[in-house]
Amino acid sequence: MKTFKLATVSALSIAAATTASTAQAEDLTLCWAAWDPANALVELSKEFEGQSGHKMSFEFIPWPNFADRMLNELNSGGKLCDLLIGDSQWIGGGAENGHYVKLNDFFDAESISMSDFADATVYAYSTWPKGTPNYYALPAMGDANGWFYRKDWFARDDIKAAFKESTGRDLGEPKSQKELLEIAQFFQGREIDGKTVYGASIFTERGSEGITMGITSALYPWGFKYENTPGKYDMDGAVNSPEAVEALEFYKEFYETATPPGYTNSYMGESLDAFKSGQVAMAMNWFAFFPGLYADPNTGGDNIDFFVNPPQNQAGSTLGGQGISVVAYSDKQDAALEYIKWFANPDVQAKWWSLGGYSAHNAVLNDPGFKDSAPFAGDFLEAMGAVQDFWQEPAYAELLLAMQKRMHDYVVADQGTAQEALDKLVEDWTEVFEDEGKL
Amino acid sequence: MTDSLDTRAAAATPVRVAREIRGLSDRAIAWIFVAPTIFLLLAINIFPLIWTIRLSFTNFKANRNRDLEWVGLRNYERILGDSDIWLNMQATAHFLFWTIFFQVLIGFTLAYLINKKFKGNDLWTTIIVLPMMLSPAVVGNFWKFLYQPQIGLFNYVIAFFTGKEPSSFEMLGSVNLAPWSIVIVDTWMWTPFVMLICLAGLRSIPDYIYEAAEVDRASKLRQFFTITIPMVLPFLMLAVLFRGIENFKMFDLVVQLTGGGPGSITELTSINLKREAFEKWRTGYASAYAIILFVTVFGLASIYVKALNKVKER
Repeated sequence: MKTFKLATVSALSIAAATTASTAQAEDLTLCWAAWDPANALVELSKEFEGQSGHKMSFEFIPWPNFADRMLNELNSGGKLCDLLIGDSQWIGGGAENGHYVKLNDFFDAESISMSDFADATVYAYSTWPKGTPNYYALPAMGDANGWFYRKDWFARDDIKAAFKESTGRDLGEPKSQKELLEIAQFFQGREIDGKTVYGASIFTERGSEGITMGITSALYPWGFKYENTPGKYDMDGAVNSPEAVEALEFYKEFYETATPPGYTNSYMGESLDAFKSGQVAMAMNWFAFFPGLYADPNTGGDNIDFFVNPPQNQAGSTLGGQGISVVAYSDKQDAALEYIKWFANPDVQAKWWSLGGYSAHNAVLNDPGFKDSAPFAGDFLEAMGAVQDFWQEPAYAELLLAMQKRMHDYVVADQGTAQEALDKLVEDWTEVFEDEGKL
Repeated sequence: MTDSLDTRAAAATPVRVAREIRGLSDRAIAWIFVAPTIFLLLAINIFPLIWTIRLSFTNFKANRNRDLEWVGLRNYERILGDSDIWLNMQATAHFLFWTIFFQVLIGFTLAYLINKKFKGNDLWTTIIVLPMMLSPAVVGNFWKFLYQPQIGLFNYVIAFFTGKEPSSFEMLGSVNLAPWSIVIVDTWMWTPFVMLICLAGLRSIPDYIYEAAEVDRASKLRQFFTITIPMVLPFLMLAVLFRGIENFKMFDLVVQLTGGGPGSITELTSINLKREAFEKWRTGYASAYAIILFVTVFGLASIYVKALNKVKER
């Protein structure tokens, strides 16, 4: 009888313990784009699973469909994602449409300070309205548009001599946008090891955000501004300024004279392919891809080097990167917040950088050894010091698609002039802000 | 003894059902059977149409939490006064006209040739209809590679015949060539469909008509224009109607090939409509756009069907 009682008590205890742990352990789904850093995050998250008992699942969407898929999910109040690493431009819509959980109270309760993260990333990835202390995301992945090049080609004596003869200066990393174009034009159509190569691969994609991200990499160094007065939406004279026109003409010239044939609709994947297949001397792409490029057995290692988007009238890089948010429609918000708390830990952030993710935590970025921790780390820091982002308004998709159309019409389809393209863009954006009741 | 159909049907009806329908008229019973279909039709077609018309007079955005505001005819005015949308219409008209033109021309020619009895006739028919069996997404990707200026087979074939450098022209990237590149692919894919319809028409012409013409010593050319063409015409017109409706709403193939580019040169109305409705989320505006397209297609199709009926009556 005693044995029976003991067995019964033991069984009940085990059952109770099992029930308790089941009630706490959740199956969390994190949604993000399908790219190299996402794989690093899967690896990193194993530590969270071990510590918390929660199970992590991942939903990674290819970049060209990422915005469509995720914004539809949010707009329909879907419960697919508990955590979302959404693009920086979504923060306005995420906040105003109630898709993201506001994190201020949680940050206060858990002593997570936004001053521990790089200012530019907090401003871009976390706050809405911009610059106010209203946080809807934790900076998860710092990123900017940068450049990489064939270091082995740049180091060859015959090529160096030919460049010197052609331009009168030494071949090296460009110090301005115009030098960048000059180098790209030098390589365009050149025979290297019996193969015709081209200058550079740049973003020209029409469907999602590609050409806008590429062109802003020229616009920002020329001093492009979205408004004359921040917050007033007075765009005429800023968006279509003489500097903006010059930058846009520059990008068109770059596209026409220094890129491989057939790259009329190219974005991240095409840029990587062009470089890895030995077609181009240089390419633009997001820093997020640089660890993978450096590790490439053929074109990586000693054959590759990196540089920040060159300045022209000023320094300027197009901001990439994302913050991590808790989706308001999730039934597992407590567990999702646990993940955010764990992710904000400086040790986790250091491991995140070591695995190939770009931490925005000051403890990582200000570490004396950071600049030497990877061949692109110094460039990343420099880029993040001069980043500029696209509109982050709730109507961002309308604003982006208008720019995609106007820019592709001018640069790739050769319709009209740069001035006309930017004037039409001002008209489009004015109509959007009028519909929004902001003008 | 042989039971009548009514007697057998009555015997087969379960008693409970028989009791329930006793006293109902034939018309009432007919309505009972038709009602589910009518209900589905109303729910799936008519209600969304009416709802779309309603939304077209508002500034509704499906992704925003804000009150619906009536804007009257503003969406219609904006669409009809937007020169970019007229360019999309032009691109659609170009695509529609030339795809139908080539598909009818080549489809009829192929059908005429296949209709002649020769060795391997069935094998050739099977080979010709293969493209039609592929998914548009597959065809789009497949041709994208063929058109690639550096490695694409298409450019090399053109280069072989013209002596031009293969990478000196871009079918998908050039403003002048891109509209033709989508016409070529759609023609390649859907000519077999037109061919099959024409073949059905050709095979429906009784041999005795040609025999009578032979007796009257009509030439082959005369037989072709006075017998073959008039008798195949209703079939051809039907093929044109099918392809016209299909190509007016063309989306997948062109998105795969050009994404509407370069610029907006191949942005057909359906692609533009999708961008407005599901990327920009301008639901009210997109509803007005959809209504305009619906009225256009419905109007044109009605006129065309009347013409088709007249041809059939001849």
